[in-house]
Amino acid sequence: MKVMTSLERVLTTLGHSEPDRVPLFLLLTMHGAKELGLGIKEYFSKAEHVVEGQMRMLKKYRNDCLYPFFYAPGEVEAWGGEVIYVEDGPPNSGEPFISSPKQIVGLAPPNVSTTPCLRKVLDAVNAIKAHVGDTVPIVGVVMSPFSLPVMQMGFGPYLDLIHEQRDIFWRLMRMNEAFCVEWANAQLAAGATAICYFDPVSSPSIVPRELYLETGFIVAKRMLTAIKGPVAIHTASGRSLGISDLLQQTGAAVVGVSAEEDLAAMKTACMGKVTILGNLNGVAMRNWTVHEAEDAVKTAILKAGSGGGFILGDNHGEIPWQVSEDVLLAISDAVRRWGRYPLAKHHV
Amino acid sequence: MELAMLDTSPWNDQKEVLIEQFIQSLLRASKPDAERILHQIQQANSSFPQSVESIVVTSLERIGRDWETGKVALSQVYMSGRICEDLMTATHPENDGPARIFGKCAIAILNDYHMLGKRIVLSALRSAGFNIQDWGRLTPEQVVSRIEENGTEVALISTLMLSSALSVREVRTRLDAKGLKCKLLVGGAPFRLDKVLWKEVGADSTADNAMDSIRALSTLLGRQA
Repeated sequence: MKVMTSLERVLTTLGHSEPDRVPLFLLLTMHGAKELGLGIKEYFSKAEHVVEGQMRMLKKYRNDCLYPFFYAPGEVEAWGGEVIYVEDGPPNSGEPFISSPKQIVGLAPPNVSTTPCLRKVLDAVNAIKAHVGDTVPIVGVVMSPFSLPVMQMGFGPYLDLIHEQRDIFWRLMRMNEAFCVEWANAQLAAGATAICYFDPVSSPSIVPRELYLETGFIVAKRMLTAIKGPVAIHTASGRSLGISDLLQQTGAAVVGVSAEEDLAAMKTACMGKVTILGNLNGVAMRNWTVHEAEDAVKTAILKAGSGGGFILGDNHGEIPWQVSEDVLLAISDAVRRWGRYPLAKHHV
Repeated sequence: MELAMLDTSPWNDQKEVLIEQFIQSLLRASKPDAERILHQIQQANSSFPQSVESIVVTSLERIGRDWETGKVALSQVYMSGRICEDLMTATHPENDGPARIFGKCAIAILNDYHMLGKRIVLSALRSAGFNIQDWGRLTPEQVVSRIEENGTEVALISTLMLSSALSVREVRTRLDAKGLKCKLLVGGAPFRLDKVLWKEVGADSTADNAMDSIRALSTLLGRQA
């Protein structure tokens, strides 16, 4: 089989056929700072840093995607919230900026084109697109309107809102939806190939399926209809098998798989309908040896690789800062050793 | 929901039925139904406060176990804990006074602003009779200062971000430097995903869920769970 470009490889697996090998999405963000010898805060302060970091990591790890995602609280920063930087991990959201549901009535979503922290991401996407054209997929990121309130108002108060003030909950959803669509489509217009829709609250680990059906599922269907490109729904370490049928109904092209779930069971549930992404354990990966990395890759491919419809990645949507270059290189080598199609020959 | 009428069978038989009804009301986040069941217990049993406590703890324990196996969601664990805490405060006014289980304990979030796990654990521990100080969000240095000021025996530390989980090591190092013997009980997503992380950061124990924390805390305090 001829060697495919990363984009061809990914599109083939999304079409539930076998490409030349299993595509690898190393969802690396902070590691770009290591490449440039910068601290995490400084790295994310300029689009040029992220562009340079992503391009260097693409070359080093022979990755099949580019991931110009800065950090999750970038969206709350756009709404006026606080971002807290640490030296050894992703920036975190600070004190929630909605301290009472009463405030929701007076909120207005930020303007994507004029908000500096969002503009910076669009500039990075645009520059990366200029580098790679249509050879490597560029994955943009949005927080689901249903999950963003965890950072906007705090998890407990948000669950109280869902259960006790449904009218105000929907008011918040409408505002978040307007922002989410504009933000996703701006990234696609800037050159992103697809959007990763992070929606951890939808996971059955977080809300029961019945509640998801009444809330996050409705939101997701509206969002995936309005976003003008392919979308991956990722529950960021949360389980998703229990709602895999519903995720398929949203129109998602890809769903993320938790390390707490069996990749083979998820593959069976999604076979021929939606591609699965996962599920290497990012937290455990910090302490892997290169042999353990190879074993983990081999096992994942054995469970989910056959027939396409599979992208190898981590379970969370972001590789922890503490994961070493050696382990990342070992993962990349292993997918080339064990992920070439047809798989059976190589596994024997 | 129509609640089953109490029959004249022995209390233990009724108790199992009531626990199931109580659990279902909690999973639906229906405080009125949960209250109604406690009212039925009050009418049926003379040792009311002890019966309530036993039913609440057993129910939360089963809900916690079902969360572990993916049968119930975190939102249901949270709402159950919140409802139970409210109900226990109403039926056990002494909660505001001396604790029923002694031991100087406190809970804190390290660095993160993610308060949900702490809230759930706090509800379960208070419902089970522990008196836990809630320190909110602190840095490692502040945790150690509070431990020193209060003579804390066990500090429960909740984290969501991996970097926060790793900073438990700093708490341990600072405690050791001051010669403080406080035990550390840690929990949160990083510790669930990496089963040896609690040892790596120098904690004394870990708990995967709120009910686990009751067992782990009891053990650290040298009591039966």
